[in-house]
Amino acid sequence: MSTEKFKVVHYLNQFYGGIGGEDKADYQPEERLGHVGPGQALQAALGERGEVVATVICGDSYFNENVETALSAILAMIAKHNPDIVVTGPAFNAGRYGVACGAVAKAVAENLKVPVVSGMYLENPGVEMYRKYAYIVETSNSAADMRKAMPKMAKLVIDLAAGLEVSPATHGYLLQGLRKNYFHSESGAKRAVSMLVSKMSGQPFTTEYPMPHFDRVAPNMPIADVRQAKIALVTSGGIVPKGNPDHIESSSASKYGKYDIAGITDLTVETFATAHGGYDPVYANQDADRVLPVDVLSEMAAQGEIGSLHRYFYTTVGNGTAVAKAVTFAKKIAQELLDDGVNAVILTST
Amino acid sequence: MCTVVPISLTVGANRIVPTVAIPYPLGNPQKTPAEEKELRRALVRRALRALETEVHGQVVFDK
Repeated sequence: MSTEKFKVVHYLNQFYGGIGGEDKADYQPEERLGHVGPGQALQAALGERGEVVATVICGDSYFNENVETALSAILAMIAKHNPDIVVTGPAFNAGRYGVACGAVAKAVAENLKVPVVSGMYLENPGVEMYRKYAYIVETSNSAADMRKAMPKMAKLVIDLAAGLEVSPATHGYLLQGLRKNYFHSESGAKRAVSMLVSKMSGQPFTTEYPMPHFDRVAPNMPIADVRQAKIALVTSGGIVPKGNPDHIESSSASKYGKYDIAGITDLTVETFATAHGGYDPVYANQDADRVLPVDVLSEMAAQGEIGSLHRYFYTTVGNGTAVAKAVTFAKKIAQELLDDGVNAVILTST
Repeated sequence: MCTVVPISLTVGANRIVPTVAIPYPLGNPQKTPAEEKELRRALVRRALRALETEVHGQVVFDK
């Protein structure tokens, strides 16, 4: 082995590591010298420039059920080889494997300070959780994409090892959500106007600030009869009991509140207010029913126009709140609503 | 139920009921309290009708 070759350690799960399928998912971390499974394609693409010196294999279930133990064992196995670059996966759309690949990437980036290259499908949960810590090449959602994924990952490995500049546009990895300052030869105003001119004349242009990725959800079936339905209220308008007992932040909320409105037929200036810092609060503070219509819904419940109004409402402040945060709130809230037998939700936003 | 319908469309809501104004989506301080409550009732009824309506994509219930 030439001393000029850079060293790569590769992380694989039990399946790609050739141990076995789901029945071997509790396999504990193990180290092999050289390349294993998809590592062969990686080694082929690296050629004489680099060498896959070792492969660490761990079962997906074992990893996810014993994160700390697994990570420290894996990290020690990787560190021993003093790698220049670490490669994890690719995991395609395998959720537990993606999370493992991401968590290993994070541990390596933080402890060994060497770059990590991985590969995942955009919707793999490992992307959202760990994109900052690895160069994650975008793959399709199936292992059939290995043939295309591995050369892309290898190209990144080679360029990173050579200290070359890499970018999502040139190397096909997913945006890491990191901001890098630099001086542009043209001012923002000039660039914005040229973009607008291109847009108006039907010419192609590239935005400098793409919108976040919003998922799409298939519409739920309608409810047959609201007179039989239990309806819940959820709001991003920040309505809280006066005094904001849980201290929900006025912007970039880190939490949501759940409040009991059993027996309450009207939100008044004495009892409820808004915690939202992104709109004029005067009107909501005078009468929070203007944002959260508890008065009319409790009346409708009393008169049989709806089955019932759920006794709890959920609330947060939708003001600069990160999409990822909102998604975690929504998952918890939706599960509780389902558990409580709620049939439909009215979501109000300001 | 929201005032800025383009945002609801962007984030992927499927049943959308347009409302009055950002600081008072379900009210209008210029009206008398009785009129205001009637307005709110009408909007909530529209939302209930939306919940009873089968949709196959995003629909804005603007009447």
